[in-house]
Amino acid sequence: MSALVVAEHDNAALKPATLNAVAAATKIAGQDVDILVAGKGCRAVAEVVAKIAGVRKVLLADDAAYDHGLAENVAPLVVKLAESHSHLLAPATTSGKNFMPRVAALLDVMQISDISAVVSPDTFVRPIYAGNALQTVQSKDPIKVITVRGTAFPPGDATGGSAAIETVASTGPAGLSEFLRAELSKSERPELTSARIIISGGRGMQSGDNFHLLEKVADILGAAVGASRAAVDAGFVPNDYQVGQTGKIVAPELYIAVGISGAIQHLAGMKDSKVIVAINKDEEAPIFQIADYGLVGDLFKILPELEAELERSQ
Amino acid sequence: MKALVAVKRVIDYNVKIRVKADKTGVETANVKMSMNPFDEIAVEEALRLREAGIVSEIIVVSLGVAQCQETIRTALAMGADRGILVETNAELQPLAVAKLLKAVILQENPEIVIIGKQAIDDDCNQTGQMLSALLGWPQATFASKIKISDGHAEVTREVDGGLETVAIKLPAVITTDLRLNEPRYASLPNIMKAKKKPIAPTTPEALGVDVTPRLVVLKVEEPAKRQGGHKVGSVAELVDKLKTEARVI
Repeated sequence: MSALVVAEHDNAALKPATLNAVAAATKIAGQDVDILVAGKGCRAVAEVVAKIAGVRKVLLADDAAYDHGLAENVAPLVVKLAESHSHLLAPATTSGKNFMPRVAALLDVMQISDISAVVSPDTFVRPIYAGNALQTVQSKDPIKVITVRGTAFPPGDATGGSAAIETVASTGPAGLSEFLRAELSKSERPELTSARIIISGGRGMQSGDNFHLLEKVADILGAAVGASRAAVDAGFVPNDYQVGQTGKIVAPELYIAVGISGAIQHLAGMKDSKVIVAINKDEEAPIFQIADYGLVGDLFKILPELEAELERSQ
Repeated sequence: MKALVAVKRVIDYNVKIRVKADKTGVETANVKMSMNPFDEIAVEEALRLREAGIVSEIIVVSLGVAQCQETIRTALAMGADRGILVETNAELQPLAVAKLLKAVILQENPEIVIIGKQAIDDDCNQTGQMLSALLGWPQATFASKIKISDGHAEVTREVDGGLETVAIKLPAVITTDLRLNEPRYASLPNIMKAKKKPIAPTTPEALGVDVTPRLVVLKVEEPAKRQGGHKVGSVAELVDKLKTEARVI
């Protein structure tokens, strides 16, 4: 039994979600965990990955075909490497969710999506219905193709290992798809999925401009800024801010929900946060039922007060 | 060109689900069922492509129990042309659904297949990707914008870092994200008209697909309940509690 984790990266830096997936893989396969780094000009990433504690071997596939992680090109490579692995894992990010089901179908196996616990090498727990139920499933397939919910597996040590890097041959471009461009949000703030503190705004923020009230608080706390679907749909902030069932799943130490009523689809994305604060003018808002600390009132009055109080007490 | 849209019958997104006492699943008896919201977006997108003169016919497929016919009717009332119901009482997992859709697609030869990125019941997010793999077609998942021209689709995708645009060759499978469009409501005349639109029945046996589940559900449980509900009276009290009680700032 051995596991292969597909690393997520942008050819320059490793995405932290990879470490959560490695943690899940270690629970399944112990010391027999290899990592695939597929990209273009990504040797630096492979060298970082080689230092992750507990990694047996790094497989490096460096080819233009893998530059942007196109599923049509990456999937055949992972399928080829499946010959020597019983478990294939990737983070349940938009990247992992994109190519892994393709891998599973090519191998004629079911994917086990978004696992939140490992019961045994063939049995896993996964949230369904926006996390309102937990399903324990046993896979009957010879190869387990798995995506990992990062928040459920504390990341392993990024250092301490010294795995060998082995080059693997490219499977080449499939010739079906082409990357054209990316418009990625640039931010000095931490990434949502790995932030220790998140402050999110909802419909109650009323406009995108008003998000600067959240940003000021975020900057004092070193927090990431998120949003509910309502705020994204209204065009206040870009899609990558969205926390929820179909957006990002987060579990920071502190989650501050501002002007968010608490639809189950939003709660699905943040209810595993350690401490939840809710600020809302409607005291009946469902968000208060799960909040550790609720503050009823006008957010446009509360946010400047919060900013001042945090500054004062720092 | 023909477009094929797959729609899933799921528990309505507004329903608070209940886990069965015997832990075998989620209570579906006497619960409101609706079309998976992402599939509604898929139907809407196909309609817009037809209105733009790109798509000539929209075929709607649903798979599962006899009542999935209602879900197909909803899509027909929105404006789709005809339906196909792959009827079975067996549990269908995404790999089986992808194989069944492939079999239907090989008969119908659509050039574009649009489906929701995930179903809000099992939250699997697999079927579209699996289908395109089985067909050897390209895929564009989590679409927020679709532009079709000269046998290609230019698709903008919602990704973790923002947006990404890819060009894919047709035929292809596209899965929809939330911001692709806002689905229309069916008008009463269109609901009446939809009753006369044809729905062709078929079965997994007729399509020659083995749908045996690969994942065995051992149990379904409720997650641990969160103990919340405490209120604070002021910003000062909040900051103090976060510092001294919760110790998170």
